[in-house]
Amino acid sequence: MIATILFALLLVIGFGFFGWNVMKVRSNIKLGRDIDRTDNKGERWKTMLLVAFGQQKMFTRPIPALLHLAIYAAFVITQIELIEIIIDGLMGNHRTFHSSLGGFYTFMISFIEVLSVAALIATIIFLSRRNLLKLPRFNMSEMNGWPKMDGNMILFMELVLVLCIFTMNGADEAAHVQLTGESYGFAISSLIGPAFFEGMSLESLHTLERIGWWGHILMVFAFLNYLPYSKHFHIVLAFPNTYYSNLDKKGKFSNMESVTKEVKLMMDPTADPFAAPPEGEVAEPQRFGAKDVTDLTWKNLLDSYTCTECGRCTSSCPANITGKLLSPRKIMMDTRDRLVEVGDNKRKHGADYDDGKSLLGDYITEEELWACTSCNACVQECPVNIDPLSIIVDLRRYLVMEESKVPSELTGMLTNIENNGAPWQFSPSDRLNWANED
Amino acid sequence: MSLNVPTMAEMMAKGESPDILFWVGCSGSFDDRAKKITKALVKILNECKVQFAVLGTEENCTGDPAKRAGNEFTFQMQAMMNIQVLDGYEVKKIVTACPHCFNTLKNEYPELGGNYEVIHHTQLIQELINQGKLTLKDGGTFKGKKITFHDPCYLGRANDVYEAPRELIQKLDGELVEMKRCKTNGLCCGAGGAQMFKEAEKGNKEINVERTEEALELDPDVIATGCPFCNTMMTDGVKNFEKEGEVEVLDVAELIATAADL
Repeated sequence: MIATILFALLLVIGFGFFGWNVMKVRSNIKLGRDIDRTDNKGERWKTMLLVAFGQQKMFTRPIPALLHLAIYAAFVITQIELIEIIIDGLMGNHRTFHSSLGGFYTFMISFIEVLSVAALIATIIFLSRRNLLKLPRFNMSEMNGWPKMDGNMILFMELVLVLCIFTMNGADEAAHVQLTGESYGFAISSLIGPAFFEGMSLESLHTLERIGWWGHILMVFAFLNYLPYSKHFHIVLAFPNTYYSNLDKKGKFSNMESVTKEVKLMMDPTADPFAAPPEGEVAEPQRFGAKDVTDLTWKNLLDSYTCTECGRCTSSCPANITGKLLSPRKIMMDTRDRLVEVGDNKRKHGADYDDGKSLLGDYITEEELWACTSCNACVQECPVNIDPLSIIVDLRRYLVMEESKVPSELTGMLTNIENNGAPWQFSPSDRLNWANED
Repeated sequence: MSLNVPTMAEMMAKGESPDILFWVGCSGSFDDRAKKITKALVKILNECKVQFAVLGTEENCTGDPAKRAGNEFTFQMQAMMNIQVLDGYEVKKIVTACPHCFNTLKNEYPELGGNYEVIHHTQLIQELINQGKLTLKDGGTFKGKKITFHDPCYLGRANDVYEAPRELIQKLDGELVEMKRCKTNGLCCGAGGAQMFKEAEKGNKEINVERTEEALELDPDVIATGCPFCNTMMTDGVKNFEKEGEVEVLDVAELIATAADL
């Protein structure tokens, strides 16, 4: 009885706190500017199915893709067992579905056990890639401190989860054999049971089974509530993030409507620059480009929460490869860190609070922005369709259009375009000279 | 053979309208190396009797480098002016040898009111060969030569055109060899995003050197490109390794023009 009450309490607190944090993340994301991604629903579902559910883009690097798939599959399938655990916990039952599902139950639990072994192996390999092999993309400067710890914590929690499952099932198997003389017949625990738990008293087996059971469910809720604070939130956000992917050609940069209006005014000789805006049209003063996270679109912000810091973007970035300061992954991490800060500030001090800091300058430097070649390698590489390039471009736009901070050679290029219609200083009247030269 | 390069203005004066506008671009018009690519393409167009015209002195920068640099004002001013000119001549179809112009005209002009069918010159040449309008000479200059293709970012990743240039290279007698980082994984030459017009930020290597090094590992006779900026960057890269005697950097249009004996 006490166990049931404790369990119900855990359930309410576990889901409640997670829900509260999800709402916080949602309100942070909604601080972004609006962008329409409601079109083309069929294409969007397809993208989500292939890229998030099917992990299509992971498979450009097959070995990590297979290991990742093992953990992903184990995670998804284990949710079925979680249903039983929750029902058992609330009803005070033991293996609620065992008698009613019969052979299918044995198959499902066996399947979960096999996947859990695969996940265990993958987790150990992932831990050694991070800590022993020291893969370069996990050991760049932006990974120092919390991000590195975050990555290891997630893997460690996964280890605990799997070990709890096998403690639970192994001890249960040994007890079951003692009581009934029969095995459950689960693929892995029918081996673990005799190997590790044979000869123990029923009482200690029962205690061990309970430790495994409670350890598992406690870990599940700890993990769930860790997600909103961690890069691991990608397991949830990968789905909406790929659904809201940019479906245009990657080369197309967004059109700035606010600029279009002004340019049309400048080019229309009959336009009255002092005319009042037409009825119904609210003139919102918006800055050109982005200085802070609230100037970015909500998709940029969703991108930042979805990033799991795998570093594929950075490892394919030509600027980063050649030693420049730019790292697309850092752009995403900075955006998220700053967004959390801005969101917390607004909740603590009111919506208009200004802490005097901004994404540009305090987090991302001009040198990083000007190293980008806009080659789209980072966008191409991202397994969950994050677009670091559009953030870089929006920050550049702010620098150039609001602060006139342009590298001096580019000032020359821009002046040339304005004066003589070419980025170099050639006379427009010489444009066709090539046709008559040898 | 002198080139036949009609302008839109001349065509209009004669009451004619071309099938396609050749957008030459600033590199193709002013850069000495890129002008050769322009001429190679015109030779192909002339040979195939394509009814084309150029804007000549009425052409203006598309605004691409301004947009990539973050100056949307300059970009949109350029775009609006160009759209006025293009629409004035009722242009429907455009070919260009510059992936940056290609991307901007194709993807970024429609929202400003400029709607045209835009193709890259490798796509047009492929079409001409497939239609039988252009034939390559047998046993041409490229027999037994190793050719590798460097994907321009604004043609490949930005617009998903990977096959047209490769199919053209495969029509030569040479052998197409791929770099490790090719197609969707292609490494940038370093010139995109307005980098062409500035010094690189501080680092430990130039991007074009990194890329050329990768190409040279294949020991190619030709590094082929489809972009005047890539051409400049790869040519500089080859010079950096003092390999200009052994390795040529050529546009696909130049390869085809040579193979067709034009």
